[in-house]
Amino acid sequence: MATTLKKTNVVIVGLGAAGGVACLPLAQAGIDVIGLDAGPRLSTRDMAPDELRLSRNAWPPGPQKTDNEAPTFRPNASAKAIQGNHPMMNAVGGTSIHYWAQSWRLNPWDFKVRSETIRRYGASRIPKGSTIEDWPFDYNELEQYYDKVEYAIGVSGKAGNINGKIDDHGNIFEGPRKREYPMPPLRSTGFTEKMTAAARMLGWHPFAGPAGVASKSYEGRAGCAYHGYCSGGGCHVNAKSSTAVSTIPKAEKTGHFTVVAEARVTTIEVDNNGRVTGVTYVKGNQEYFQPTDVVLVAGYVYENARLLLLSKSKAYPNGLSNNHGQVGRHYFSHNQGDGVSALFPFSLNNWYGLPAQGVAVDNWADDNFDHSGLDFIGGGNMWVYTERRPIASVNGLAAWMQGKPTWGSAWKAFVKENADRTNTAYLQKTTLPYEDNYLDLDPDVKDPFGLPVIRITGEYKDNEKKVALFMHEKMEQWYKAAGAVTIQRQPIVNAMGPTTHAYGGTRMGANPDTNVVNGWGFSHEAPNLGILGASVMGTSGARNPTLTLQAIAWRTAEYLAKNWKSVAT
Amino acid sequence: MQRISRREMLAQLGMGLGAATVLPLASPVRARAQAAAAESFVSLTASEGETLRAIVARLIPADENGPGALEARADRYIDRGLAGALKSSRSAYASGLAAVNAQAQSSKGAAFAKLSPADQDAVLTNIQQTSPPFFNLVRTHTIQGTFSDPFYGGNANFIGWDLIGYPGARTVVSPNLQLMDKKPEPSRKSAYDYGMFSKGEI
Repeated sequence: MATTLKKTNVVIVGLGAAGGVACLPLAQAGIDVIGLDAGPRLSTRDMAPDELRLSRNAWPPGPQKTDNEAPTFRPNASAKAIQGNHPMMNAVGGTSIHYWAQSWRLNPWDFKVRSETIRRYGASRIPKGSTIEDWPFDYNELEQYYDKVEYAIGVSGKAGNINGKIDDHGNIFEGPRKREYPMPPLRSTGFTEKMTAAARMLGWHPFAGPAGVASKSYEGRAGCAYHGYCSGGGCHVNAKSSTAVSTIPKAEKTGHFTVVAEARVTTIEVDNNGRVTGVTYVKGNQEYFQPTDVVLVAGYVYENARLLLLSKSKAYPNGLSNNHGQVGRHYFSHNQGDGVSALFPFSLNNWYGLPAQGVAVDNWADDNFDHSGLDFIGGGNMWVYTERRPIASVNGLAAWMQGKPTWGSAWKAFVKENADRTNTAYLQKTTLPYEDNYLDLDPDVKDPFGLPVIRITGEYKDNEKKVALFMHEKMEQWYKAAGAVTIQRQPIVNAMGPTTHAYGGTRMGANPDTNVVNGWGFSHEAPNLGILGASVMGTSGARNPTLTLQAIAWRTAEYLAKNWKSVAT
Repeated sequence: MQRISRREMLAQLGMGLGAATVLPLASPVRARAQAAAAESFVSLTASEGETLRAIVARLIPADENGPGALEARADRYIDRGLAGALKSSRSAYASGLAAVNAQAQSSKGAAFAKLSPADQDAVLTNIQQTSPPFFNLVRTHTIQGTFSDPFYGGNANFIGWDLIGYPGARTVVSPNLQLMDKKPEPSRKSAYDYGMFSKGEI
């Protein structure tokens, strides 16, 4: 029997990148907020620069809900789904603790892919089967929220466009911003400078990408120590701008925000009128019901769709906010694969640093180049970065030793010479939503509570594969210009397995027949239910999603604070 | 850089065959290796331990490129791990090591540890082809035991990190440690030497 708790104003389900920022504008407006997260609170003592520990299941410490609910996936509806690994972590701060912290704004084109493609190239260029829509607002609307988040969490970077004034030290292709980043970019290294020079030689526009990492001390947090172990690990000096060390503690200081850690939400409850009334969660062995005026669902993409689909009621027999059958639709995951690797004839000294310390080229991203003579739309952002770990450096050489011994003296000699001579670029490419790519509940696989896990049905289509091939060419050109002797292209993939860059499932848009939430992030069906995270995004752009989903979350929270009566009552 | 012969290198590492070639300064390495052989195992039986030591010594051998997995105490990393974080692999080691010895007996007529390096390599090549899961398990763990943080009992004297040029765990890295034309000085530290972090399971 659930213990009923005292009613609050807002419950946020999940305190990761999205929920962890949304709490701040609400608490600052004097609205009482309770934030629930399935994971523990971590401290800097948990952030040892220890490769083995970070690669084992024992990290992160504390309960990891994700361990028990990894999605299943299959390429299409006639294939059998298999269970993968869950790419995210549970903690107060969520995956913003171990993310790469690349903190991009989307480019203006990403908000209008459909209309801009039709305007520039004609309607026939929208890929067949794609359900892509323009966003319900444009880049200029989101700019003010990007700005708020950049300053609230602390983002380091160099502006390429301030009010239309272009500066080629930054990204010349970005949309206009009102002011400079709060901190300068992370520093360059010998290797990133070499890659920068090579890109310039090719006539491209390289720049230090934006990082959710303090490049100098910021609001009492230390600047980056560049010691490594950033990807998949947390920061030992709190330089990484996770919500756990930025917006969450700020919100707590207002006295209007309470964090409940290790609380696993199982259902969102509704009344007969279809309004949400609260959430049921399990903490320890006890079940609680937390009544509230408004619920903001802020899990990862898989969990957002899953929690709605699991929350069935008289008002929503097919899952909460799913009377239009849109929950789980328009799912896609960023085409992050298909990388390109290089072997250089010299050591790169890439041992230290972090994935956010790198150099980007945006010349071939989005619609930054003319696609008239091409057979695809969109493109990719190219990113080359630092950080190498000892065990991974040794194991990573396998790709360069095919047909050669995998042990013994010859192997050892190769490892000694080449461990610090390789590099793999991160190519993020435009990915679109399609009719037949979607999320639903798996009919067979369940978590320990007996609740079905999410099932991904999805594959990359022709447009994504053509973009990948195109980006392979560009990246190979870049590496060769920097002196690489051998290049490897990873195969173009079909499978859309679980990933850190998943989108959709509760898409945002004005039309309730094709979207779950409205232009402010609130359900078209349950008016006091808001949804935060990349699950509301309808396009991916060619860059990491986090800053964008944080800007949207801030916008949704601020809207709620300013329109409290109409949403909450 | 001045090139030195394989014999000289082995001598400097304390692994020379003739007493006359062994430099006095290098003797601690050899002494440690001998002491390690006499050390008892935490998880493995003495016979299993002996076989494992012989295997890791061939997977990453001591040679002209420096000491190998045995000197790095990868065997001790595995042994300790099998009583802790790697315990789910304990039974695989029991059967896998027994199979290696059976293979050595049937094809070469002696226990694996007693065979010549060439014969050991022949047996391991066969095991790699006939029992890939066990071979890959030992290989993975040998690499971990050679290149992981010394906290876990391997990578003794930073042998693994020195081999690949990893300059070691640090908590702060200055700009001059990220230049291409300047090799960073090794830190010679485990992550846990800094006293800032809670420790995980070994």
